[in-house]
Amino acid sequence: MRSHLPSYEMQAPRDLPAALERLAREPGVWKPFAGGTDLMVLLEAGKLSHRRFLSIWKLPELQGIEVAANHVSIGALTTYTAVRGHEILAREFPLLARAAAETGGIATQNRGTLGGNIANASPAADSPPALIVYGADLELVSASGSRWLPYTEFHTGYKQVNLRPDELIRRVRLPRAKPHPHARHYYRKVGTRRAQAISKVCLAATARVENGRIADVYIALGSVAPTVLRAAETENLLRGQSLTPSILREARSTLAREIAPIDDMRSTATYRRCVAVNLLAEFFEMLSS
Amino acid sequence: MPEPAHKVRVECIVNGQSVSFEAFPLARLLDVLREQLGLTGAKEGCGEGECGACSIELDGALVNSCLVPALQAAGANIRTIEGVANHDRLHAVQQAFITHGGAQCGICTPGMILAAVNLLERHPRPTESDVREGLAGNLCRCTGYIKIFESVVEACHDMTSSRKSEHRA
Amino acid sequence: MQTHIIGKSLPRKEGREKVTGSARYVDDINFPGMLHGATVRSSAPRGRIRAIHFGDGIPWNEFTIVTAKGIPGKNCIALLIEDQPCLAAEFVNHPEEPVVLLAHADKYLLEEARRAVRIELDPLPAVFTIEDSLARKEIIWGADNIFKSFRVEKGNVDSAWASADFIVEGDYETGAQEQLYIEPQGMIARANPSDGVSVWGSLQCPYYVHKALSILFALPKEKIRVVQTETGGGFGGKEEYPSMIAAHAALLAWKSGKPVKIIYDRAEDMAATTKRHPSHTRHRTAVTRDGKLLAMEIDFSLDGGAYETLSPVVLSRGTIHAAGPYNCPNVRILSRAVATNAPPHGAFRGFGAPQSVFALERHLDRVAQAIGIEPAELRRRNFIHQGETIAVSQVIHEPVNMDRLLDRALELSDYHAKRRRLAAENSTGHIRRGIGFASFLHGAGFTGSGEEYLASEVAAEATREGRLRVMAASTEMGQGTNTIFSQIAADALGLSADQIEIVQPDTAAVPNSGPTVASRTSMIVGKLVENAAHEIQQKLFQEGLLTREYSAQDFAAACRRYIDAHGALESLARYQHPGDLHWDDEHYRGDAYGAYAWAVYVAEVSVDTRTAEVRVEDFVAVQEVGKVINPVLAAGQIEGGVAQGIGFALYENVVWQEGRMVNGQMTNYIMPTSMDVPPIRVFFEEIPYARGPAGAKGIGELPLDGTAPAIANAIAHATGVDITRIPVTPEVLLEMLESVHA
Repeated sequence: MRSHLPSYEMQAPRDLPAALERLAREPGVWKPFAGGTDLMVLLEAGKLSHRRFLSIWKLPELQGIEVAANHVSIGALTTYTAVRGHEILAREFPLLARAAAETGGIATQNRGTLGGNIANASPAADSPPALIVYGADLELVSASGSRWLPYTEFHTGYKQVNLRPDELIRRVRLPRAKPHPHARHYYRKVGTRRAQAISKVCLAATARVENGRIADVYIALGSVAPTVLRAAETENLLRGQSLTPSILREARSTLAREIAPIDDMRSTATYRRCVAVNLLAEFFEMLSS
Repeated sequence: MPEPAHKVRVECIVNGQSVSFEAFPLARLLDVLREQLGLTGAKEGCGEGECGACSIELDGALVNSCLVPALQAAGANIRTIEGVANHDRLHAVQQAFITHGGAQCGICTPGMILAAVNLLERHPRPTESDVREGLAGNLCRCTGYIKIFESVVEACHDMTSSRKSEHRA
Repeated sequence: MQTHIIGKSLPRKEGREKVTGSARYVDDINFPGMLHGATVRSSAPRGRIRAIHFGDGIPWNEFTIVTAKGIPGKNCIALLIEDQPCLAAEFVNHPEEPVVLLAHADKYLLEEARRAVRIELDPLPAVFTIEDSLARKEIIWGADNIFKSFRVEKGNVDSAWASADFIVEGDYETGAQEQLYIEPQGMIARANPSDGVSVWGSLQCPYYVHKALSILFALPKEKIRVVQTETGGGFGGKEEYPSMIAAHAALLAWKSGKPVKIIYDRAEDMAATTKRHPSHTRHRTAVTRDGKLLAMEIDFSLDGGAYETLSPVVLSRGTIHAAGPYNCPNVRILSRAVATNAPPHGAFRGFGAPQSVFALERHLDRVAQAIGIEPAELRRRNFIHQGETIAVSQVIHEPVNMDRLLDRALELSDYHAKRRRLAAENSTGHIRRGIGFASFLHGAGFTGSGEEYLASEVAAEATREGRLRVMAASTEMGQGTNTIFSQIAADALGLSADQIEIVQPDTAAVPNSGPTVASRTSMIVGKLVENAAHEIQQKLFQEGLLTREYSAQDFAAACRRYIDAHGALESLARYQHPGDLHWDDEHYRGDAYGAYAWAVYVAEVSVDTRTAEVRVEDFVAVQEVGKVINPVLAAGQIEGGVAQGIGFALYENVVWQEGRMVNGQMTNYIMPTSMDVPPIRVFFEEIPYARGPAGAKGIGELPLDGTAPAIANAIAHATGVDITRIPVTPEVLLEMLESVHA
């Protein structure tokens, strides 16, 4: 434990209004602390530069999964375990359930929250590609009100988010209309080993094939850019096309150009690029079958 | 250096007993258990939530206690390895680990046993895949996991047959 | 008398403590008034220390501070030689080299203080690779950067090339590997000039620490006490390094007058402690078209890091194992261990052999391919038989049947059918499957005259209750020492294992039975345990207090009478080096080891060509080990060793940057989880070794030798890729796959 514990403070406001009031009164002074699976690692390594935290772990307003006719709303404090165990999520948004199952191990899934993961804004996070593919929205709340933001507009740069110092993520909303009931879902995370692995490349995709042509295609990737990436150019290329080898070739080279992987201690840019296009091909193969 | 923060008083239940302790709010629950409550069964193996040697149950969920800040233990129901045996009677998982070689150096064993107990509570008849996944967050460097799997399977049989004999009785 | 317990799976003696969490590891122990200690380390790989700055904002007057100047005796961690400083004085020779020690009661303030010390140094050019060290880009150690070199000659290698039908060359590399025991290193010390120095901690070799402290403090042996606490894994990583951390804790205790505890966190442990020596091996092999080996020329280099530590011995074992279980008439092995500016590399299970055996077994598959015969056939035509000699010209007097082990392993793994079938199936689909094997040996005990030099001793004492207390310095670290010794002593006396007590290794209480290393504990020390028990029994027989058949009660009564008459009932067993073992240290030939375990391991892999991820699907491990003393413990050793070997082959990649490991977190240094291990199927054969207890030979290191090459050979079979380095990471394999298919 390399941090000077006496220098750190954390308080637990009793409910959301109390938390928001504090954030509004002293913006930037307090940072929210959910399950701690990212922040505690930084603390232990002596790398947690912020000192004052508000524990939001128990706030009732940020918990729970609500199923409405057109949306499923996932409270920001929903753990990965809860995501995995929810029947509607598993059935209608299987990529999110898959991503949750591949996040860390069971102990991490019991404490890691969707909101915490989103706010942490790591490009290697496992759920964000699924959130993009499913067209997720976020509700951000503050003492002065709330606003909705498409998830694609939330994650703006490497570890940068569109979140004011007085705001909290309240929930993640997934429209039930999309994906289409006949869509195929593909998720593959390539990590350092079979479990408890940080992602080297992750691809989430859905598409529907109608009369031999690709309709409604959504593709997102993790760990190949400073933020989670929606492969919009590749989507545009594939939309309306038939499943031929030459289309696949074009899609592969488009994707290869669209992503910006790096070398780091876990993997190389070359590997990530090569595997990303191979995963795309695998998705393509799945659609063809 | 900044003005030091104050310690907070936290009340919770540990192994069935009410406890009350004072700690810095971001103190690791692992350290509170080990240093203040004398429960040294949970171990630090990595300090990053990777090895699971610090595993405990918090409100019935398996968690890495090195990643839980003391403040968030308030009101929690915690079980550590010290709370697994029933006084002198070992849990079936513990007994199986002894006879089937599930424990070698023993440092991962408290966390591994908690993970196994937690798994069997959620999946009384786990498949091999369930067992591998249930224990994937607990690293063992000595056994190669094989005899840990065998111990869990054995414990599962023991627990099933004692449940059967309980029903018959 | 009791029936035999050797050969049965007696449950682990300290099992109950381990499964209830009551076993006491060093960090579970606290002394009143104890301070915490921390080490300030160099960030540069090499340089001259100009100044040490203590930053503002820390109440330094509350701290105990120790530098090299504060060392009472010699500033060194004594091992084979005394070149490694305990604390860097004028020069730093590797990143993370210890310079300053701090102690304080508040462990959080201690961390702040550690951050506030700045070591100012003038950098010097550093060397980071075996090649640069051999090329003498800089001389960083001794006269020529070479810690040790060996030359092994058998027959006349130079004469063989002319008559060869094929000459096959190969170049092989293995990377560093971190032992990654789940319990990081730790020590608690008490020290003052009048009482001496006592340390408690996680360690494998109490008497190594004892010797090092004696020299560091210039104190006589009786003033040093080393106690082993329950140890959470060692694998060699706690063979030599504990002397360093014990020295540090003791120096702080000496200066402060208080007990001091130093516990490394994982980051410090990975950064600063020893790893497996990286290696580079070159093979040149002359062979007939029928696959008879005519000559093997082997060049073997190890990267030893900045100080000598155990490199000569690692090199020794690697050298002796480099030509394997084969009868080749002409062999030359030239080997050397060289210095680089990295933290010194050290003992890790296998100790040089995993490196040289990887090269050999991978090379022989390539030789087979060059000639166009099956790898198994190549081995059969060259396996050593009883009465023949291995590379160091040791005649194998014991029975050996590698053919049988090979047959059995290949049958159990369905090797031949899979070898054919998988090749056919691999042409379709993106998953390529393959199967490969390695055949190998591992010598148990210290090399050559090493055991004679160690002169190990085990003591025993009977109590009035008829219990036997066994006193040895051999440590339990999960491999089962306590249980094995209990079984051996119990059978020796015809008692139950409950009546045997294994005394906690404490240099104040136990004699020196040598280090817990080199696969020697069961075979060498276990035999001394047996002898010590027999000696007790003999004393009772001789006094007429016991007849040949007796019960536990008879034994207890006899002990009481003997103790009443004589005061105590004790024995001391000393190692006797067999008179027929001769080792020539100068020419490096002769009887290298008293006994060898022999093995064939088979790995089946699948390779996903889209991601180049390799999965081991099935693993068969067949070995001949003399006698299996405890089947569950023995299988556990093989299974655990195979898992470490899988890591060595596929996952465990140390990323270096100027002598520093940059991926020193469990998140980034990858060891297998429960989802990464295949079924590991273990089979034993037994040809009793007369000098081992109940015929047992050593097995602890064996699995590390054959696992990685079996996997590498399987990958080559699956993909056609010529694997010559490990770890085979997906990044490396993907590029190789592309070039095979290009």
